[in-house]
Parts: sequence; C-alpha cells; structure tokens
Amino acid sequence: MTPQARLLPDGRLHLRDGPSELVIGVDAPVPVRDAAFARAVAAMDGVIAALSAELPALRAPPGAQVFSHPVAQRMATAVRPHVGVFITPMAAVAGAIAEHVLAAIATDPAIRRAHVNNGGDIALHLAPAESLRVGLVRSLAQAAPEGWVEVTHALPVRGIATSGWPGRSFSRGIADAVTVLAERAADADAAATIIANAVDAEHPAVRREPAQALDPDSDLGDLLVTTGVDLLPEAVVNAALDAGARVAEGLRAAGHIVAAVLFCQEQLRVVGHARGEIPGVGR
Amino acid sequence: MSVCPGHQEVRKKRMGVWGKFISPMLAAVTDSTEKFGAREANGIVRCDACPVLCRIRPGRSGACSRYANENGALVRTDPLVLLDRTVAEGGAVVPFAANAEDWDGRIFVTAIGAGTTYPDYKPAPFIVGSSHAGVDTVTVVTEGIFSYCGLKVKIDTDRHLGGETAAVRHQGEQIGHVTTAEYGSQMLSLGGVRHLTGGSKREGNVTCAAMLALCDKQAIEVTIDGGSTLTLQAGAAPIVNCQVEQRMRVGCGSATVGIFAQQWQGHVDEVIVVDDHITGVLTEHQAGACLGMRRAGVRVRGRRSTPGRYFQVANPGTGWGGTDVTDPLSIIESIDPALAWPGLRLLLTTTTGEDSLYCELDEALHPVPRPMPDAVAATVERIGENCEPALTSILFMAGAGGSLRAGVTENPILLTRGVRDALVRVTMGGAPCMLWPGGGITLMADVLRLPARAFGSVPTPAIVAPIEFTMRADLFAALGGHAASVVPLARLMAEQGGTARMEGAAHPENPWPGA
Repeated sequence: MTPQARLLPDGRLHLRDGPSELVIGVDAPVPVRDAAFARAVAAMDGVIAALSAELPALRAPPGAQVFSHPVAQRMATAVRPHVGVFITPMAAVAGAIAEHVLAAIATDPAIRRAHVNNGGDIALHLAPAESLRVGLVRSLAQAAPEGWVEVTHALPVRGIATSGWPGRSFSRGIADAVTVLAERAADADAAATIIANAVDAEHPAVRREPAQALDPDSDLGDLLVTTGVDLLPEAVVNAALDAGARVAEGLRAAGHIVAAVLFCQEQLRVVGHARGEIPGVGR
Repeated sequence: MSVCPGHQEVRKKRMGVWGKFISPMLAAVTDSTEKFGAREANGIVRCDACPVLCRIRPGRSGACSRYANENGALVRTDPLVLLDRTVAEGGAVVPFAANAEDWDGRIFVTAIGAGTTYPDYKPAPFIVGSSHAGVDTVTVVTEGIFSYCGLKVKIDTDRHLGGETAAVRHQGEQIGHVTTAEYGSQMLSLGGVRHLTGGSKREGNVTCAAMLALCDKQAIEVTIDGGSTLTLQAGAAPIVNCQVEQRMRVGCGSATVGIFAQQWQGHVDEVIVVDDHITGVLTEHQAGACLGMRRAGVRVRGRRSTPGRYFQVANPGTGWGGTDVTDPLSIIESIDPALAWPGLRLLLTTTTGEDSLYCELDEALHPVPRPMPDAVAATVERIGENCEPALTSILFMAGAGGSLRAGVTENPILLTRGVRDALVRVTMGGAPCMLWPGGGITLMADVLRLPARAFGSVPTPAIVAPIEFTMRADLFAALGGHAASVVPLARLMAEQGGTARMEGAAHPENPWPGA
C-alpha cells in the first residue's frame, strides 16, 4: 500500500494514505516543486502502516511506552505537556504527520514557502521575508474560511491546527472551532484539542455520547464526547469560552503556543496576538 | 481551516452531513482474512482498505471518511456519483467502478461531488461527452450554489398545525412559514432567500442547516408559533406533538359522506363526519337525499355552506378531524323533535376513521353511546382502508437562472431557451425536475429521488445542489457551449472511475437521466 498522489489543477499535491488526506503546496520553480512532491510521497510511504502497528500504545495516556517510529515519538512528546488532563498521543497524530512530511519537503533551500495541510492541521515552511495567509473558519461545520491569519517568517509559528466538536475527531467540549498557532504542527494539534475540550458547559442543549458508542476503538473509551449543540444562552457560551481562554492563556504563558482563536456560537475569544482578519472582530 | 477555499471544502461539508467522523487512526489489530472488510457484532463493520482497520458502527464513517457503514455494508462515500444503469434495483453502492470499455448509455455522471467553478465564466467542472442511441450528447455537470432556494413541505394530516403564515422555527430561529393547506395535507414553505440572507447571521445558518438536513432525508424538529411541534423527514410519517400520524384522510367530511353514503344506508340513520374544514351530515347531504334517506334533524354547530356541508363546527386543533373537539357530541347544536325519533342510530366518525362513536337516541332524544354494531364498524374500517399512509414529502425548489449558466455556455440566455424548449434536459443528481413555467430556470425536485448525501452547503449561507444539463452535442455547440472542455466519458471513467461512487438510480421511477 503506497500513498495515492494527485496533482490538483492549481499546482498543489493531494496525497492520500489511509485516513490521511494531505494537501501540499510548494512555492518554487516547477522542477524544485516536483522533486519536493516526490520527497513528500516517499516520506509518507509506510507511515500509516507503522503507526497502525503501534496503535495500542498510542491510544493510551503517555507513560512509560517507548515508540519506534519517529512520528509516533513526536506524537508522544507533543502531548506530554498536557498530562494533567486526559490525553493520548492520538491527539497529535494529524499535526505530527504534517510535520514529518514538511520536514522532508523543506530540505531544499530553493523553496520559498511550503505548507502541508493534513485535514486542517498545517505545518509551514517560510524562507526569510516570506509570509502566508491561512484561512480561518468560525466552525468546523463550515466549508470555507471566513477570515484569515497571517504568519510571517519573523513569527515563531510553523504549526496551525483547529479542533472543535463538529470536526472529524471527537471533542469533549462545545467549541465550534479552536484554532491554535504554535511553533510546530504537532504542538498546535495537541493544544487545540485540549483548549477545545476546555470550552465546555453543562446544559441540556448539549448532546453527548460515550466515545465508544460511536467508535468502538476510540482512545477516549467511555468518556462522553459532544454530538450536538443547540442554541445556548449567551452567558453560558461566554462562560465556556472564558474557561477555554484560561487554558489557552496558561499554555501561551508556558510557551507551548503562540496564539489561539476560540469560536463558540456567535462569540469568540482571541488569546495572544494573531494578525489577520478574524471573523467577528471589527476591522 | 484551509489554505485555500475551493470545491474541496464544499465536498467536505457534504460528507459532514453523514455524521461526525471517527477520530483518526483507530484499529482493531486483529488479523483480517477477508479481502475488503468484515462484519463484526453489533452491526460493526471492519474496513480493510488500509492498515488502520477501522471498526465502523452503523451510520458512521471510518477515520478517512471515504468508507462508511451503511446498514451493515461497507460503502464508499466518495463524492462524484456515477449512476450505473445496470446496477440492480435497490440502489446498491458498489465498491469500485470496474474496468470497462464502453460506458456510453450505461453511465450517467451526476453533479454530486463535482464541485463548482468560481467565478462561473470558467467552464463547469465536468463537461462529459458520450453517445446515447447513436447520438452524441453532452452533459454539463456542476454543483449550483443556491441562495435562492427553498423547500415545499407537504404534510399529510388534517390536524391543525398552525395558522396560515404562522412562523415555523428550528432551534428558535424562523426558517419558514405555514402556507396554503392542500387537500388532506398541511403545507409549509421553508428556507428561501429571506431567511438565508435577510435575517440575522444565526437565522441564516440555522435555516441552511435545517434545509440541508431535510434535503439529506434526515429528520428535524420544528415548532410553529401558536401551533404544533412537528418532526419532519422526507418519506416518513409526520410526527405532530409526539404523535405519529398514521393515515392521510380519504377526503374531506363531505367527500367521505359522498363515498360511503350507500354503504351506510340501512345500517345507520345518520352519520356526521367531523372535519375541521367541511363537516358532512349524511341525511341532509345531497348523497343522503338522493338515496331517499329520511332527514334525521340533527343540526351541527358552525356555518352551513350547502345542505349537509358545514364549516367551522369547532376550532382547529389536534382532536377529532383536525378540530379541537375531544367529545364529538359537543358539535351537535340541536336535535329537532319534529324530525328525529327515539332509537335513531347515529354514527360520528372522522375522515380517517381513527376516531368514531356510535350512539342511539333515547326517549328524550338524547344521544347515548352504544356498542358499535359489526356492520357499522366495518364501514369505519373501510374508511381507514381507503386512507393512504400519511407522509411528509419535500420538494427542493431553486432558481438556476443565474451565473451558473455561464459554466455551460458563453451566451446564457440560449441555455435558458434550450431548457424552455425541452431541448436541454435538466436533472439534479440524476433525478427528474419539474420546470416552473415563465422566465428563468426555476426547478423543483423530490429530494427522495436524489442519491444520498447529494446536497451540501457553503457558509454564505447557501445550499449546494447538483445540477446536470444534458443535450445533443450539436445543440451544445450551437448554444455556445464550452466545447473545448468536453471530456469523453471513457476518459472520465479512467480518471475518476476508481474512486467515484457508483449507484443505481436513487428512485425506481426515475427515468434514465441521459438524453
């Protein structure tokens, strides 16, 4: 089983292997770009199979396990700062894969910019003086961005991730979307999961089910995950966002993330400084 | 989050309708001997398409979202849907499009998952050339983004759901209104540009999500201001205030009298068919008069329209026959001693036969409930037999007359005229469409006739719906079609066939959508 690669009409590469769906952009002359794409395909080859082999340990909270594949090791280190709450290395899988593929791409100095977007968890490469605008969604239920943040070479941000209950992975909170800017993609991925879980409220409008009732092999076991959120009173939304923002602020102060934008229903919070056009924030 | 918006994102949203996706990389690390997947306990299907070996519960998809468990079967959810004419009835989804040389006349490429091009002057994502019965045809396949679209919802019930023009709400937001009732059905008009774009942002988003769920044949709950709470789902029985509606009435009260008058004669002396709209009284009705039945002198409340036909016998409600009546004898205003007689046999029923009461008049001419004789019970049963199952049916209505046409041709009015003149066949996901007369390309389609997960949305908010224009190749050229963009079907199959979703027709009565 090798990854399926397809060049999109706009010159990006669509790379697919098992559950991973990567969209890769490389700003460079075509021969340089194509060589980078070839390295991306090679880097991806075998990753899913290797991680699958280590799944039982990856689905457990980080402890004494030893991982053999570098991506599995990276997943474990990315979640280690968060051991105070329930988390497993699976929370960083998408970001860690994006980082791994980006590292293979970015070896050529002729590449000005590169991004590996693994289902919303993005690893970036920026040469000096380069910058990239990254789209922002208010909710993971939405299809297209409503705003953007700009990442410049000068910023210590090379990883961006978004988590929320409407998304592909389970969330224990009620955030529609939490986007985190961090130094690396796996760190952003783990932090977005933690912050989105913290945006929470006990309210009859929030529907939850045990994770295993939805997915028999979920790393979350019997923990409740959010399956639906109806309209909540504004005060409840604000309290939930404040709780999430406190967690984000703590992670920022500890140097684990650079910034975070938290969306829930019509409200939002911005932690740290994110330059761009954030939906809901006046221009 | 995405680096660049595009039709990829539209596709993601549609698959989101399927449900929340399973977190990545979860596996049952057991050996698999079967080639493609295996069934486990509790309806779980294990997918062997990649090493992750997801175990997928019914109605959910695997970590990749490309494979899902649909009623215990592992299916692909890839977006581009090819309707396969030869696939057995029942809409079975086959895992892969097998290699085949001649697809013409057998495969129809639907717009589901085709994506859109924006701005629209670019050619549509797929313009497919094929031949059908020896004639070269072209199908232009695109997904329209419809800000102007709505749902016409027909609910087979007599129950009063709410006043005409009353607001219909979902999650507290107005998403439509009650409109003119039809024969045996209450009607709602949902969605539309005013709710999508004319109100608050939340109103638009809630409206869009509600429409998308209904288009996708899912159930949603709505409340009507001053009226009922309903659960709506296309093709399912409506649920009114937690009660599942069983039967659609046989006709109005007057029509029921007309249908069954002959069968009642000899078994009862008077029948009152309680109906909020038109209550029928047998012996006074033309049907009873023609049979020579003796006038019984039982006068019901309300306004007499014509002999034996009464309007407004009570207030609208969820009691007998769409009225607020729970004691049917309360609608009797008077019993004329000059006409009625002791022992008079009186049947009260509704137009569905779900409620009925048999009485006889005592010496003081008061109606006294009695056990219903078998012969009378048989007529009530017959009313029930003649009812159809109550259903909610939903037509999606949208205007495709805008810039979408520019993806087909450089001269859009020619496409509009071609559609008008029936030279261009319009389908939605392969389903037939009703074209509204007059200007523009205003279409209606039964959502049940489209394949599963045919609709999507964009945050504008607007609904994304598949639309295909099929015409002869020479006409396509004459319309100023983007001839350079035509892709032969065989090539499309070679490029997309491996990953496309292949289905039989979504509905057995759908005509073949090709030319």
